[in-house]
Amino acid sequence: MPTITIREALNQAIREELARDERVFIMGEEVAEYDGAYKVTRGLLHEFGPKRVIDTPITELGFAGLGVGAAMAGLRPIVEFMTFNFSILATDQIINSAAKMLYMSGGQFNIPIVFRGPGGSAFQVSSQHSQALESWYAYFPGLKVVMPSTAADAKGLLKSAIRDDDPVVFIEQERMYGNKGEVPDDPDFTVPLGVADIKREGTDVTIVARSLMVPVALKAAEQLQEQNVSCEVIDPRTIRPLDIDTIVESVKKTNRVVLAEESHPICSVNAEISHEIMERAFDYLDAPVKRVSGADVPMPYAKNLEQLAVPDVERIIAAVREVAYLD
Amino acid sequence: MASKVIMPKLSPTMEEGQIARWLKKEGDKVSMGEPLAEIDTDKATMEMQALANGVLRKILINEGESAPLGQLIAVIGEPNEDIASVLAEAPALASPKPAAEAAPKPAQEPPPPPPAAPPAAPTNGRQAGSTDSGRIIVSPLAARMAADSGLDLRSIQGSGPNGRIIKRDIEAAMTQPKAAAAPSFQPAAVATASAYRDEPATQIRQTIAKRLVASIGPVPHFFLTVDIEMDRAAEMRESIKALDPELKISINDIIIKCTAAALMQHQQVNASFQEKVIRYYEHADIGVAVAIEDGLITPVIRAADQKSLSQIAAEVRELAERARNKKLKPEEYTGATFSISNLGMFGIDEFTAVINPPEGAILAIGAMTPKPVVRDNQVVVKQMMRVTMSCDHRVIDGATGAKFLQTFKKILENPLYLVV
Repeated sequence: MPTITIREALNQAIREELARDERVFIMGEEVAEYDGAYKVTRGLLHEFGPKRVIDTPITELGFAGLGVGAAMAGLRPIVEFMTFNFSILATDQIINSAAKMLYMSGGQFNIPIVFRGPGGSAFQVSSQHSQALESWYAYFPGLKVVMPSTAADAKGLLKSAIRDDDPVVFIEQERMYGNKGEVPDDPDFTVPLGVADIKREGTDVTIVARSLMVPVALKAAEQLQEQNVSCEVIDPRTIRPLDIDTIVESVKKTNRVVLAEESHPICSVNAEISHEIMERAFDYLDAPVKRVSGADVPMPYAKNLEQLAVPDVERIIAAVREVAYLD
Repeated sequence: MASKVIMPKLSPTMEEGQIARWLKKEGDKVSMGEPLAEIDTDKATMEMQALANGVLRKILINEGESAPLGQLIAVIGEPNEDIASVLAEAPALASPKPAAEAAPKPAQEPPPPPPAAPPAAPTNGRQAGSTDSGRIIVSPLAARMAADSGLDLRSIQGSGPNGRIIKRDIEAAMTQPKAAAAPSFQPAAVATASAYRDEPATQIRQTIAKRLVASIGPVPHFFLTVDIEMDRAAEMRESIKALDPELKISINDIIIKCTAAALMQHQQVNASFQEKVIRYYEHADIGVAVAIEDGLITPVIRAADQKSLSQIAAEVRELAERARNKKLKPEEYTGATFSISNLGMFGIDEFTAVINPPEGAILAIGAMTPKPVVRDNQVVVKQMMRVTMSCDHRVIDGATGAKFLQTFKKILENPLYLVV
């Protein structure tokens, strides 16, 4: 299996789906002539031409709405946001049009659209350009929300998202585009939506992590193994629909759980997962569910403060040791 | 801060209590652990101790009045403190449940030493912030594991934060008894009560239990009657009296001793039905029914099989006396393994007694009277006594009960068996 970056994996997924289905097209700021702000769409304009790879003006609400209309008309748009921070401008189209159209049209209009781009923390781009928005989108019925953490998942999940008949919010991680991993080159390789992945098996503590927190949790698990603490790392991969069963099964086995995420703690995805665990695995818990979250402040610009605002290996290790009653 | 005084649970079956006497009056200084009142429960008169320091500000239930468990009956506070808000809450406290949780602690136990800071006020029957309030801190998993393996959480020391009992504490507790499991009898909850061993109730035993209960109520009684010649027992009593007039042994004491001796030979009868298991007791803790003014109570002679006649006699006298004065402690009238009820002194020839659950049987002793009987083809007059045993059919079958009675009769008719 070739080892490629997440950036290349996403590029492969889009290329393969553009080639597979002529209803698929991609549009966004700088996706064509400039090969994408993060070079995810590199070479696609040259290969598929300006009808399938479309540069838009800086009008997020406008081109998101254009995408919803195209989906209603039978196409399968991929809308790239240069980052998800700018999707905030387009939320009316994402939430009020894309998410609700199937319901409000009495089932007449599927919206097979993918809104994708990088989200989460980036390096020193400060409060407005460095934040996690998945809990916003996961809140709304009608949307699917996907967050890959490896190159293979990025490719397989994006292909599934493009083939899905419902609107999918596909949030990549700005810091992770260069991360490498083995990716099957089979053009039919996909990863189903709504299925969690056990990234590491263990017996003592379950760590639930997504996106950027997965490699951090895996590193923590490695160090904890040296302290004779065996961690199971679960990546839900899809936030909605959430594969809670895999998480609950793991908690039933380990009896202790740490939830790691970049986002602010209040009303976060992990607040929801924590509740689900309490409800479904109450009798299996040997310790309170522990969360490790991003700081409850706007992302600082200063590098030292920025580092403190994002969960790291040390904080996850401390949380694991706490629920395992080791300190 | 004002502390609520609530009606405590002072006996296992108590649902309400009556204030027999307030030992303090409003305005009196009280300190933690000091007797506050005497309370009549369904079984006995018990002392209630203060759980806070301060002044008895208000008595809400007067002497002779009753209150359900958990109800606010008085308020302890600082001399000039405003207690209106506490008094206003009074009706809301009527729920008996919190009191029941805090209650298993017998009132006689010395209270915890008063903390340096103002003591935490008992609220809703729980001593807030107090570690010995009876509130057990346990993880959900550990609680379930303990329930599954029949471990008593109160006997386990928690190693988690705030003394929380966690998985590893249960695992440790589960491995401990295994190592010490060689003696087959488990210590009973009451320190002086008989040890016992549980054996799984077999399928057939459980089916018998279900069918019989469906037929005649929760405890399916059946009755076995036997006539016992009491001449030798009476003789023995007279001989002992001749030996030492101070030794006051009654026929009933001899019956208790013979019962205990027979039980040791028939362990199936010294047993109780516990749904999933049949519990066999190591010793014969014999409940002796004593009539009291407004009912009856059965003080327990612990390990009667190991006690001498004079010990049994002295104990019965002492316990019966205190029973009549309603001064028995709960552990003195609960947890018998077998009971005896004697109505001989009322001239009753024969009767059937009702089993006191979960015990497996009870003996109903009739009067000892001279009767013509046939011995060696001759009609002779003998001191005869009729005994009827009520058996819980879930534990004891007809033949089992009959064999026990056979032994009992043999010993009582020839009390020398007690020493051989």
